[in-house]
Amino acid sequence: MPILETRELTRIFGDLKAVDRLSISVEAGGIFGLLGPNGAGKSTVIKMLTTLLPPTSGTARIDGYDIIRQSGQVRRAIGYVPQLLSADSSLTGYENLLIFAKLYDLPRKEREGRIRYSLEFMGLSEATDQLVRTYSGGMIRRLEIAQSMLHRPRVLFLDEPTIGLDPVARKMVWEHIGQLREEFGTTIFLTTHFMEEADSLCHRVAIMHHGTVRAIGAPEELKTSLGDPDATLDDVFLHYAGDTLESSGGGFREVSRQRRTARRLG
Amino acid sequence: MRLVVNDAPRAGWGNPAWPLINFFRKALVIAEFEIRKLRHDPTELVFRAVQPALWLLVFGQVFSRIRGTGVANYQDFLAAGILAQSVLFIAIFSGISVIWERDLGIVHKFLVSPTSRVALVLGKAASAGARALSQVIIIYLLSWLIGVHLNWNPPALLVVLVTVLLGAAFFATFSLVIAFLVKTRERFMGIGQVMTMPLFFASNAIYPIAMMPAWLRVIAHGNPLTYEVDALRGMMIVPGIHTYNIGLDMAVLFCATAVLMLIGGRLYARVAT
Repeated sequence: MPILETRELTRIFGDLKAVDRLSISVEAGGIFGLLGPNGAGKSTVIKMLTTLLPPTSGTARIDGYDIIRQSGQVRRAIGYVPQLLSADSSLTGYENLLIFAKLYDLPRKEREGRIRYSLEFMGLSEATDQLVRTYSGGMIRRLEIAQSMLHRPRVLFLDEPTIGLDPVARKMVWEHIGQLREEFGTTIFLTTHFMEEADSLCHRVAIMHHGTVRAIGAPEELKTSLGDPDATLDDVFLHYAGDTLESSGGGFREVSRQRRTARRLG
Repeated sequence: MRLVVNDAPRAGWGNPAWPLINFFRKALVIAEFEIRKLRHDPTELVFRAVQPALWLLVFGQVFSRIRGTGVANYQDFLAAGILAQSVLFIAIFSGISVIWERDLGIVHKFLVSPTSRVALVLGKAASAGARALSQVIIIYLLSWLIGVHLNWNPPALLVVLVTVLLGAAFFATFSLVIAFLVKTRERFMGIGQVMTMPLFFASNAIYPIAMMPAWLRVIAHGNPLTYEVDALRGMMIVPGIHTYNIGLDMAVLFCATAVLMLIGGRLYARVAT
């Protein structure tokens, strides 16, 4: 049984079909990448799957629970790292984790050990008691991943996990995501528009455009399907998402939000 | 210390047999989150003390010379009003934190965690209550210095603290509801400024209801701040001054807060979109 399955999942904003009858299934234990240009509907899919946004129609099941009728169980089964940098900068790394350990009802006697372990796992032991304000962008991202993994979720959602990071920090985040999957068996569901990221990390990818999935499969399969032996995932993307990689903007709000995130990541 | 895969029984956490206890525990965690932030940077509380000091030391000193207010001792009368006012000011802008958290993405993580939305609201309200308690200390100290006849009777002090907590919870929740509706900092600040003074003037904080023109009296009787001031004025000073009675004051504040919290819980998810 797949760990995540969407059925005709749809979200309409006014006249815009942000997500149009999306039906995908994700097997447990892998890294699944949802790719697409800005405005393709990736973040809307994540918001619906993480119970933040009710679908207009259709539904999805995660770990056997329905996202609409069993949202409480779904919330316990998932972890979520939003696109924005969402660790609180006026608290220490430890405090950021402590608050979420409590919100996820971690038993008191396990809390301390698990927080220390998580920080160590993400390479943040040294910065444990420093204010997050003093962290670099890559460190904040790793802290957030630690934060979302405290309750050992079955599925971890990462929305554009490396946006705005420099190449070194990006690589480090990729490595940690891979280790998470190996260590805890977590299924990882991420969105990205970096093809290199998708190619090196994901076992399966879906290419989304204008709210629908245009192609789905392992990166290798998709590359072979083009019939060109030198094809890269970029070519696959252009093939299925047209020439919209640069042109589809995503609106002022999205661009300004990304810039803000990028600035915070420094 | 290698951990096994998915080592914890997820559904069993938080003791679901006690949902009510879990509800209050989560609210306390949210309050803890706010209070820890305050502990790293408490300057806000220091600056908050300036305004009540001006009201008590300047406004109060001058106005205590005016005759014909029907108030035996205006400084005593004013002290309770200024405590209520500081609580109002601290709480009414507290909702902006949720707009910050929305812009930073923190609110999304709270909403994805297994935490009741009403508990999130209650937690925010409780943290406003904690800030407001710091004002109690400052205003009692200032009042004592200028010779206000304070009631040091422990049960009366306890009622003052509970009233301050309820008053802060009411206006903090009110503020959150506005934040959920307007969603941007600019509009929130605009509405906050517009709301604060009318709430203050249409209450018995600095003058008795008996002095008001009839139309204003009607509004004052519907203003929760009036009931907060009434409870404080009955318990903070000797002799206490009551327009209503402490039972009615508490009942109005409690019910108004509970209703707003339920509304806030329903609206919370709006900030994620």
